[in-house]
Amino acid sequence: MHSSGKTLNGSEIFIECLRRENVDYIFGYPGGSLLKVYETLYDVKDIVHILVRHEQGATHMAEGYARATGKPGVVLVTSGPGATNTVTGIANAYMDSSPMVVFTGQVPSTLIGNDAFQEADIVGITRPITKHNFLVKDVKELAMTIRKAFYLATTGRPGPVLVDMPKDILNASCVMDWPETVEIRGFKPTLKCHINQVEKAAQKIAHAKRPLFYIGGGVISAEASEELRALAIQQNIPVTMTLQGLGAFPGNHPLSMGMLGMHGTYWANQAVNKCDLLIAVGARFDDRVTGKVDTFAPQAYKIHNDIDPTNVDKNIQVDLPVVGDAKNFLAALLDVMPGTKENRDPWLAEINAWREQCPLSYSSEDNSLRTEFVIEEVSKQTKGNAVVVTDVGQHQMWTSQFYTFLNPRSIITSGGLGTMGYGLPAAIGAAFGIKDRPVVLFCGDGGFMMNIQELVTAVHHKIPIKIFLINNSFLGMVRQWQELFHQEKYSFTDLGNSNPDFVKVAEAFGCKALMAENPDGAKEAIKEALAWNDGPILVDFRVVKKDMVFPMVPAGGSISDMLLARLNPKTMV
Amino acid sequence: MKHIISVLVENKFGSLNQVAAMFSARGFNLESISIGETEDREISRMTIVTRGDDQIISQVLKQLNRLVDTIKVIDLTRQPHVERELLLMTLKLTKTQQHEIFELINVFKGKVVDIKQKSITIEVIGSPDKINTTIDIFRVYGIKELARSGAVAIHRGE
Repeated sequence: MHSSGKTLNGSEIFIECLRRENVDYIFGYPGGSLLKVYETLYDVKDIVHILVRHEQGATHMAEGYARATGKPGVVLVTSGPGATNTVTGIANAYMDSSPMVVFTGQVPSTLIGNDAFQEADIVGITRPITKHNFLVKDVKELAMTIRKAFYLATTGRPGPVLVDMPKDILNASCVMDWPETVEIRGFKPTLKCHINQVEKAAQKIAHAKRPLFYIGGGVISAEASEELRALAIQQNIPVTMTLQGLGAFPGNHPLSMGMLGMHGTYWANQAVNKCDLLIAVGARFDDRVTGKVDTFAPQAYKIHNDIDPTNVDKNIQVDLPVVGDAKNFLAALLDVMPGTKENRDPWLAEINAWREQCPLSYSSEDNSLRTEFVIEEVSKQTKGNAVVVTDVGQHQMWTSQFYTFLNPRSIITSGGLGTMGYGLPAAIGAAFGIKDRPVVLFCGDGGFMMNIQELVTAVHHKIPIKIFLINNSFLGMVRQWQELFHQEKYSFTDLGNSNPDFVKVAEAFGCKALMAENPDGAKEAIKEALAWNDGPILVDFRVVKKDMVFPMVPAGGSISDMLLARLNPKTMV
Repeated sequence: MKHIISVLVENKFGSLNQVAAMFSARGFNLESISIGETEDREISRMTIVTRGDDQIISQVLKQLNRLVDTIKVIDLTRQPHVERELLLMTLKLTKTQQHEIFELINVFKGKVVDIKQKSITIEVIGSPDKINTTIDIFRVYGIKELARSGAVAIHRGE
C-alpha cells in the first residue's frame, strides 16, 4: 500500500485514482449524486471531461476509445436515469469484450433501498452485463475498488466493470491508500497456454493438408497480429476472420479469406466447410459464424484457443482446447513448429477457384448509387488506413466485405449485441483516442437517428470524423429479412416519408454536410470529406433502397443453404 | 444427471445474487442453493444442486469459476462426499393416526420439535433422496406446511 498521507474527500480520491490509472478522457454527464465530483473536476486540467448529450452516448464513446486505443474507456454518470441510460452501452461492451470502467453516482448510503429520488439498483441491473461490479460502502475502500475495477476491466478477457459510488462516500474523507498491486483471489485468468496443448496443436498444424485459421477479436485485444501474420505466412495457411477479427491479418494478402459466417465470403465459408483443420484463435463460435452447428466445419479437427475457458465447448465441441492469451498461443506455436510442413498449394488453389467462381460483386448497371461502391471508394481513397466505425445493419456487413482492412484496431463495430445507434458516439470516442489516422463512420439512416444528439459533442470538440450516412430510407437489414423470409411485408421499415433532411439537420448542429446521389458525386464528396479537418463532416449518400447483402447463410442454416443472389430477379431495382 | 457442486465465495454483499443471476441468465437448472459462513469468516460455502448433461455441467462449472467473487468450485458428484438436507414439516394430528405418525418419525430418525392439539412439527435430516421419501410417506397424513433447507455437502475427510 502506498499512502499519500493526505486526507482527501471521496471525490478527490476518485480523481486521484483516475490519474494514477493514466486516464486521459472521461465521457460523462453531471447530476445530483455527482455534484461533489463535478466540483472537484472543475479545476482538473490533466484529465479531460467530455460532456456527452446522453449517457448512452458516453458508454459508446468510451468503448470506441477503448477499441481504437486498447486502453480502458471511462464513463461517469449520475444515479438513477443517468445510470440506467448506460445499460445498452455496458451490454454492448460486455458482448464485444471491450475494456471499460463505468462510474455511477448513487443516492446517499442511508437512502439506498428507500426509493429515493433518482435511485436505481444499478449494481443489480448490470450484474449480468458486467464482468464485475461494485457498490462502494466506505470511503476507505474507494481507492482499492477503483484499482480493482481497472484491473478487472483490462486483465484476461477485457470487459466492462461498474463502480457505484453513493453521494455520502464522495463527500466523506480519509487518508488515501493507493495499492501498488492488486490481488483478487477469485480472479486468476490463465494467460499462458499449456505447452503440451501447444505442442499437440503444432503437430496437427504441421500435418494438415487443408488447414484454416479462424480469427476473432481476441487476436486484436491481445495485440497478436504480428504473430498471426508470421505463423500464417510461414505455414502457408489461409486466414478467415470474424467481424471483430478483421484487420488482424491484412485483407490484401493472398492468404486473407475475408470474413466468414452469415454474410461472409463464399470462399471463406467453403473453406470452413472443406478444411481438415480449423484453428480458432480468440473467437467464440458465435451463431452468426457457425450457422447450424452440426454442419459447421464437418471434416475438421478443431483447435480452439481462447482466454476465457467458458468459450471452450460452449457452442461447438472442439478436439483440442488451448486456454490462454492469443499472443502467448501464437508465439508459443511459432517456437515449437517443426521445420517441415505439408504442401498447401493445392488447397489454396481450391480456395482461389471458389473465389473466382463467386467473387463479391454488386450491380453497377445504371448510374444509381450503391453502398458497396461508397465503401469500396472510401477504402481506396483512405488506402485501407482509416479507423472505420460502423453502425448496425446492411452497411455494416458491406463494410466487412468492401473495405480492405490492413491493420488491427481498424474496425469498430457492435458485433455481439448489434446496437443501432452505436456508430456515431463510438466514432467520436475513437477519434479522441486516434489523431493520426482518419476516423470514418458508416451509418445507416435508422441508426443515425438513435444517438444523433452526439453530433453536438463532435461539433463542440471539432472532432474531424467523416460521417458517411448510408441513406436508403429503410431499415435495410430488416427489410432484407422481410423480403426473403416474411412474404415481403415491409412492416414499419420504410422511413422514406418520415426521415428528416439530414443535410439540414447536420447544418443545424453546426456540422458541415454534403449530399451525393450518383457514383461521380459520391467520389467527389468522399474526397472533400477526407480533406476536411475542421470538425465533423456528414455526407448524405442517397443509395438505392432495395439492395440486399449477399452471400447470406440464413439464420441457423448450413453453408449449403447459402444464398448468393436474390432468388427472384424481378424484384431487382 | 444430478450434480452437487460446492462453491467457495467471498462472504460479501451480492455474492449469492451473482451466482443465482448467472444461473438464470444462462438458463441453467437450479434445483437448490444454500449458503453459509465457513471456518473462515471471509468465505462462504454455497452448495448447489443442478441437473444437466456433461456438456452443460462443464459450462456450469466454468461459468461459476468465471465469477470474480468465486474462489473455488468443486463438483462433488463423483467424489466421496456427505450430503445432508434439513426438513421441517407440520402435519395434521388426529387421535387415530397419532400412533402411526410417531412410529414413522422413528423410522425416519426424525425429531418432534413442536406439538399442538391438532398439529405436530417434526424435523428430519438426511440426503435429499431420503427427504423426498419422507415427504412422500407423510403426505397421506396431511402435510400442512413444509420447508426444506436445500442440500449442504462437504468432501469426506482423509
